[in-house]
Amino acid sequence: MNSQTATRTPSSRSRSLAAQRKMMDRFATVLSWCATFLVVFVLGSILWTLLKNGLPGLTAALFTRSMGAPGQGGGLANAIVGSLLQTGLAILLGAPAGLMTGIYLAEYGSTSRLARAVRFVSDMLLSAPSILIGLFIYMVLVAPLGHFSGFAGAVALAILAMPIMVRTTEDMLRLVPVAMREAGIALGAPKWRVILFICVRAARGGILTGVLLAIARVAGETAPLLFTSLGNSEWSLDMRRPMASLPVAIYQYAGSAYQDWMQQAWTGALLVTLGVLIINIVVRVGIRAGRT
Amino acid sequence: MDGTSQQPAQTMVKQRHQSTMTGDPLFKGLVLTTGIGVLLVLGAIITVMAVGGIPAFKAFGPGFLFSAAWNPVSQHFGAAAPVFGTLASSAIGLIIAIPLSFGTAFWLTALAPPALSSVIGMAVQLLAAVPSIIFGMWGFFVLVPPMAHYVQPTARHLFGHVPGLSALVSGAPFGTGLLTAGLILAIMIMPSITAVMRDVFVSMPTVLRESAYGLGATRWEVMRQVVLPWSRHGVVGGIVLGMGRAMGETMAVTFVIGDSNHIGWSLFAPSNTIASLIALEFPESPAGSLKLASLMALGAILMAISFITLWCSRVLLVRSESQAGKR
Repeated sequence: MNSQTATRTPSSRSRSLAAQRKMMDRFATVLSWCATFLVVFVLGSILWTLLKNGLPGLTAALFTRSMGAPGQGGGLANAIVGSLLQTGLAILLGAPAGLMTGIYLAEYGSTSRLARAVRFVSDMLLSAPSILIGLFIYMVLVAPLGHFSGFAGAVALAILAMPIMVRTTEDMLRLVPVAMREAGIALGAPKWRVILFICVRAARGGILTGVLLAIARVAGETAPLLFTSLGNSEWSLDMRRPMASLPVAIYQYAGSAYQDWMQQAWTGALLVTLGVLIINIVVRVGIRAGRT
Repeated sequence: MDGTSQQPAQTMVKQRHQSTMTGDPLFKGLVLTTGIGVLLVLGAIITVMAVGGIPAFKAFGPGFLFSAAWNPVSQHFGAAAPVFGTLASSAIGLIIAIPLSFGTAFWLTALAPPALSSVIGMAVQLLAAVPSIIFGMWGFFVLVPPMAHYVQPTARHLFGHVPGLSALVSGAPFGTGLLTAGLILAIMIMPSITAVMRDVFVSMPTVLRESAYGLGATRWEVMRQVVLPWSRHGVVGGIVLGMGRAMGETMAVTFVIGDSNHIGWSLFAPSNTIASLIALEFPESPAGSLKLASLMALGAILMAISFITLWCSRVLLVRSESQAGKR
């Protein structure tokens, strides 16, 4: 239409207006390409930095030895196991609470005032500064007991993991067709059985997605662990004692001046990032495959 | 189907219902309790922060909010500097992140070839999944050196003698500071802002977009004059959400902010934020000390700030959703 008007009324004003509009469009397009390119470039730069600095330290000793003094050839085995234990326990604690709250919101509360409050608070917790969760757990579980513990770290992570699972569980349960519920009720099943054995089952893929995303989120968290599980340079599986974790070990080592600690910090960072990104890719590709 | 089978089904429901009478109320009670438990967790967090901070508020009064002191030796603490650092670094982060997110969302929804759009969209979301400590390390080892060697000297060369701007670029070139923290924050919050923008752009009815194209509008004009006005609530909600995230970010900022309790105009001056101050000072704060109470009070302030921002973003996003539903 643009060019048509220009040819029908070939006044210089409309032609320059058309040119101006086209220019503006070009300009915005170029800037938009640049913005996207920049973002992808940053992601690439982060991955490249991690691979370049982290790969040389990827040795067997890293997985078999515990953290040690600089120059002693320590590894990150206790930190890796500590991270797995704390993340695992966090999911064990957070998942039941998250799933049940999600069930409440989707199946019982729906639009009631209480449900709206729960939904809002869950969203708040989802975006709440994670360091404050650590501070809270310190005041509640560390200071009264008098010592840092892996258990306290796991509880802090559980509080962070729960809202993610609340959100996905509610969303996924809402996608279950009403006809399926009605079929269950028509067969005489009580509501709780319909929910647990029909709705949750039908939505289990989506709910599992939420659990995986929660794992990916908390596995890389550092701030809530600083004041709860503190870190530990020795091998320890005791949840009642301070426990090492990969992110906290990275934080300690990255600020050090020792060559081998720095190396381990980079390799640890590479491991955490790869783990988290692989979970995310699996989840997102899975969702896409599920949709089509 | 309904007419014939309703009668027997209903009696069956009754029978089964009686035999499993306890199941339903029990289950409902269980999920209701966990739901209320979520409310209690947030309540407990707020209570603990506020109660823990009371000694600081008592000792310094309202002056705590306006004092820029942080002196463990003389036992004098104030919130002004970290609050300033939190707001300033988030503001810088937002100023950088908004055009970046908008450009990317525009590209993803209007310009990208479909195959590329999903791949790049996923890459942007992967950026959101990278742990914050990784951003901190990357920022410290990749971003800080060029900031110290090139960016600040160049900025000083260009603006150092311009009245009004010279204060912004003053100070020694450490490489760490407000601007570096803002850059890192921009990269970190950009994916979530982009995701919200993309969702609201896509949720706009295609008819509106196509009628604008039909009138001969260019892609940019459709975005600027149709999509953006239509989706403004969602866009602003996404931006506010990003701001809330930026203010609470800890590890990445701790690496690059330079940790100095200082209020000033310079973009390159080392500073601190509430979260970075808590992370760095907490290990040296004995239980029951005034310093710990001051940190808790700062935590309460941060909680309040992020509560308000997240509430605003939520109101805006809900409004945008209901608008999308109506049309």
